[in-house]
Amino acid sequence: MNPVTVENVTVAYHSKPVLQEVSFSVPEGKLIGIIGPNGAGKSTLIKAVLGLVPRASGDVYIYGKPYKQQRKLVGYVPQRGSVDWDFPTNALDVVLMGRYGHIGWFKRPSKKDVEFAMSCLEKVGMKEYANRQISQLSGGQQQRVFLARALAQDATVYFMDEPFVGVDAATEKAIISLLNELKAQGKTVLVVHHDLQTVKEYFDWVLLLNMRKIAIGPTEETFTLENLQKTYGGRLTFLHQQHAIVNQQ
Amino acid sequence: MSYEGWILLTGSLVGISCGIVGCFLILRKMAMLADAISHTVLLGIVGAYLISNSLEGVYMLIGAAVVGILTAFFVQLLHSIGVQSDAAIGVVFTSLFAVGVILLSLFGGKVHLDVEHALMGEITFIPWDILEINGINLGPKAVWMLGTVLILNLIIILLFYKEIKISSFDPDMAVALGIPVLFIHYLLMGMLSLTTVASFDSVGAILVVAMLIVPGATAYLLTDKLSVMLMLSALVGVLSAIAGYFIAMIFNVSISGSMAVAAGVIFAITFVLSPTHGLLSRWLARKRLQNKSA
Repeated sequence: MNPVTVENVTVAYHSKPVLQEVSFSVPEGKLIGIIGPNGAGKSTLIKAVLGLVPRASGDVYIYGKPYKQQRKLVGYVPQRGSVDWDFPTNALDVVLMGRYGHIGWFKRPSKKDVEFAMSCLEKVGMKEYANRQISQLSGGQQQRVFLARALAQDATVYFMDEPFVGVDAATEKAIISLLNELKAQGKTVLVVHHDLQTVKEYFDWVLLLNMRKIAIGPTEETFTLENLQKTYGGRLTFLHQQHAIVNQQ
Repeated sequence: MSYEGWILLTGSLVGISCGIVGCFLILRKMAMLADAISHTVLLGIVGAYLISNSLEGVYMLIGAAVVGILTAFFVQLLHSIGVQSDAAIGVVFTSLFAVGVILLSLFGGKVHLDVEHALMGEITFIPWDILEINGINLGPKAVWMLGTVLILNLIIILLFYKEIKISSFDPDMAVALGIPVLFIHYLLMGMLSLTTVASFDSVGAILVVAMLIVPGATAYLLTDKLSVMLMLSALVGVLSAIAGYFIAMIFNVSISGSMAVAAGVIFAITFVLSPTHGLLSRWLARKRLQNKSA
């Protein structure tokens, strides 16, 4: 069964359409890049799947069932800039939030939850920063904390919104090796991604998006100049660079 | 207990309740909503009086809770259809408050309820308004009301601590996890309304905002942990109330005004001297860096 199936999803902000009749499904155990220009609706697509923005129409299924019944199967890494990092809390506490969906009402995180959260911090190389106030972490470290929080969700399908933006090279490497590890465990990871140069290197599959779905499939078949032209439209100077990238690889 | 003791207890209960609730307002960047609700509860109080024909605390609390949540609801509604959130707060708050003022001037003549009292409060009357059951003196009504609201607030925070925390820090993640973020929002607005109206008699609508925001803002400068921030905020609230009372006695001035001034002074001292976030410690840290690089 497909981990993620999106059927005819349309999203509009104040009657201005952001996503139009997007349909696709993805296979299990792949790293899937969601690629498209600014304003193409990449983040909105993830948010529509997770129920963070209302869908004007369409349906979303996680392993054949609506998202609301499958929350525990899904992990989420929001954009780093979407929260206030001056909030009075530390790295471990943020990672523990990933356990909240499993803990249930009126209960506190157990010792096991804390141990699991620590092991997630360790996986992203942040164990020694567990008690550090989150505003005192660098951008890359904050991104790793978010990633550890998603790991703490112990999910099978992951949605990540621009995890590579504003991070240092070491963090980018750490993230990509983590993604590959998740893939090796048979998990499915969908990543909103900006940098066209690394697409071929990082992702098995790509979803090209610009308000509508342009194409989806294995990277070598789908990440072509023709499809990129369709996705990025008339941005000519930009396209020259893309041309070089596609030829180069 | 002595007359003075009751006043200090009342002020301290106001300080604790407002201090705790205020922390969440600051962290959710909704300090202005406190200002709004502290004014619109006037409509709740007048409305409750007109319907129930009594000035009993229970009716006041219900009226204030209803109008407080309505305020939050209207603000949310205007915001969701594209009005800037500060403009939405401004429109809703002045309109509802104005309706309260008009109703008060129409019907308020018959009762002991006037605009000045509602805005400024009068803590000195509180020890005389006694709760009596079967002729037994149980202490001032205001203390009972504030105590009940404080216990209610503490129960809600203990039960929903992690839900309140995540929906304040990362509402998107909270929604994705299935936490009813909107319910938590209205729960907090309900707490805010009850706390405001219970504190109303003692400090009034304008100064309750000082007690809601200043202790939380002070605690924010002193710690990096939410639970500690809540406790420190309550402590600053109590200190402001007690210091305010004695300032008022010494200089023979308004008690509620002195409490707000005391809170402001504590904030100012913290702002300069806080070991982690204070002006002085940051200045020293910069100097040290400059010396090192020089």
